[in-house]
Amino acid sequence: MSDHSATANFPMAVALRLIQMNDPAFDSERVSGIIAELKTKPGALLPILHAIQEVLGYVPGECVPLIATELNLSRAEVHGVISFYHYFRGTPPGRHTVYICRAEACQAMGSEALEAYAKSSLGVDYHENTRDGAITLEPVYCLGNCACSPSIMVDKKVHGRVSPKRFDDIMNLTRSAS
Amino acid sequence: MIKVFVPRDSSALGLGAEEVALAIQAEAEKRQVAIELIRNGSRGLYWLEPLVEVATPQGRIAYGPVTIADVPRLFEAGFHNGGAHPLALGLTEEIPYLKRQERLTFARVGITDPVSLDDYLAHDGYRGLKRALTMAPAAMVEEVTESGLRGRGGAAFPTGIKWRTVLNTSSAQKYIVCNADEGDSGTFSDRMIMEGDPFVLIEGMTIAGLAVGATDGFIYLRCEYPDAEVALNAAIESATAQGYLGDNILGSGKAFRLEVRLGAGAYVCGEETSLLESLEGKRGLVRFKPPLPAIEGLFGQPTVINNVISLASVPIILDKGAAFYKDYGMGRSRGTLPIQLAGNLKQPGLVERAFGVTLREILYDFGGGSQSGRPIKAVQVGGPLGAYLPESQFDTPLDYEAFTALWAVLGHGGVVAFDETVDMSKMARYGMEFCAIESCGKCTPCRIGSTRGVEIIDKIRAGEETERQVALLRDLSDTMLASSLCALGGMTPYPVLSALNHFPEDFGVTSAQ
Ligand SMILES: Cc1cc2nc3c(=O)[nH]c(=O)nc-3n(C[C@H](O)[C@H](O)[C@H](O)COP(=O)(O)O)c2cc1C
Ligand code: SF4
Ligand code: FES
Ligand code: FES
Repeated sequence: MSDHSATANFPMAVALRLIQMNDPAFDSERVSGIIAELKTKPGALLPILHAIQEVLGYVPGECVPLIATELNLSRAEVHGVISFYHYFRGTPPGRHTVYICRAEACQAMGSEALEAYAKSSLGVDYHENTRDGAITLEPVYCLGNCACSPSIMVDKKVHGRVSPKRFDDIMNLTRSAS
Repeated sequence: MIKVFVPRDSSALGLGAEEVALAIQAEAEKRQVAIELIRNGSRGLYWLEPLVEVATPQGRIAYGPVTIADVPRLFEAGFHNGGAHPLALGLTEEIPYLKRQERLTFARVGITDPVSLDDYLAHDGYRGLKRALTMAPAAMVEEVTESGLRGRGGAAFPTGIKWRTVLNTSSAQKYIVCNADEGDSGTFSDRMIMEGDPFVLIEGMTIAGLAVGATDGFIYLRCEYPDAEVALNAAIESATAQGYLGDNILGSGKAFRLEVRLGAGAYVCGEETSLLESLEGKRGLVRFKPPLPAIEGLFGQPTVINNVISLASVPIILDKGAAFYKDYGMGRSRGTLPIQLAGNLKQPGLVERAFGVTLREILYDFGGGSQSGRPIKAVQVGGPLGAYLPESQFDTPLDYEAFTALWAVLGHGGVVAFDETVDMSKMARYGMEFCAIESCGKCTPCRIGSTRGVEIIDKIRAGEETERQVALLRDLSDTMLASSLCALGGMTPYPVLSALNHFPEDFGVTSAQ
């Protein structure tokens, strides 16, 4: 992947497009409140990004100039940080995010087959949302659940020993939860 | 009141422990049995999770793995009084997997309520800090040096020597940073400590602060561990409320404050200088060294940065003394290592043993051999940057120097087993792919080389001019080994070349090449 290297000279045209996009989830008062509350912390940028993503589900492009101004950074610097980290996202996720572990211990227990099953049964590839908007599929590299492989995480909950059958059950429960 | 224990450990929860706890609560109410439900950490016997325990006059009795469907019958069998049932495992402490361990750092994990300070104190908690408060800073550092403790995060650098460097700086502001990024596949001991006994980490960091003169600490926690975040914050809150953290620790006039900060899914941020950049709110680009973090670390100030297990081992060293700890182990690897057994094993879990136990004992006596029943073909020790070991090396003792001699690493103590169905050229390819995904991008051999590596291995796997491509792969690996700034690029050749050297047939070449 090359998000990080792309970051070094983030094309300004793309940045501006993101910023000008009219985003429904963007709630400028709420975002400003979060920034005001956290900006005096030393190294405030990651806590701010986490807080925004926690509330809005992602970090809308409109946040970038607000954060940049308040933290005295350039917009490119803020963008650089957002795109460096796999966890932060600039586009809206589905109602739930399903992370599938791709790391070695899970591979030793058949995670590759599980990945293939998840993609085909949900009809998406990684970083995509299902058509009903219920689920976003993401890869993850170890969940610390390696003694119960293969592992997935749904939002903030880990599930262990996930067979295709169990995957279906978890997806059905997840879909019906909202 | 009958005490029943159901773990709150995230792996146990991932196997239904929450539902089991709720079912036990409901069934107890229905049958009017008065129970006190305690949510403990995991004992680390993961093939038995959810492992339910009940306190009896003889000791705690275990049942597992328990599903909600089992709950009514457990009550019928009188499990709450230790009654017989097909899931009964006898006294927990007598289960051989547990009985054969030497639990020092993990002494309380699975036994106590992780977020109860009273429980922590009742189980020898904060004795190390109380002794430390009677000592001069240099004496605390000396105790840690003398114990032989080496960093458990991977590099195995002597902890006491790192602390001494920070102690000897004269800065007014110093920091203690805990590396809780635990990115290595096959490792979960940091998570188990943070979820199962967070106070021991807090105590270790507090002692580190007193020892080097640091008043502020950060725990840099990977965001994949939300349950650990909850447990740590709850423990920090009660430690602060009871005067174990804050501006006047136990009336000593000394201050130590602690905050949890979340990572954001970047493996390289486990590398200490990348982690510091991230804590400062930047991209996690690895820094050039020198300066060492001990001299110029977080926000340019002297900083102790240690792994969770290193810091969590400090309280028992201060409590029982350096000699007690040093007595365990072999050679220059002193004390115990929390070994994490994962992958294709019958009995995966946490095994804390003195250094010196062999890989074979770990894999078979504890792990029970492969879960699939097929022979174990290869074992990766030390995470994604660790070498693969073939069966012929299973008698190696777990000892830093013994592993170095094999061109392998112990790292953070993760052991991942693969049965004979594994294709080692595929694992080598994944090694390169992982490096490409996680590279911070600062140096070319890592950033570009890893992608080239994937392409080369794809050609080898397709049987295209195999010999030439294998030679290219070796050249590329040499370049990565020699000219990467950090171990991500610099050690990716370990899994790649060990796979090639030990399993050449999976690459379509003979061992002569
Ligand atoms: C790419 C990379 C990832 C690392 N990840 C971790 C990690 O997740 N946790 C950790 O404690 N150390 C990790 N380390 C090692 C740290 O750089 C550092 O050696 C360690 O935090 C020092 O603490 P210790 O002396 O207590 O082990 C990593 C190193 C590299 C090169
Ligand atoms: S080796 Fe890779 S991860 Fe390490 S500093 Fe260089 S580019 Fe960054
Ligand atoms: S290497 Fe792909 S961008 Fe960092
Ligand atoms: S390797 Fe998948 S959870 Fe650790």
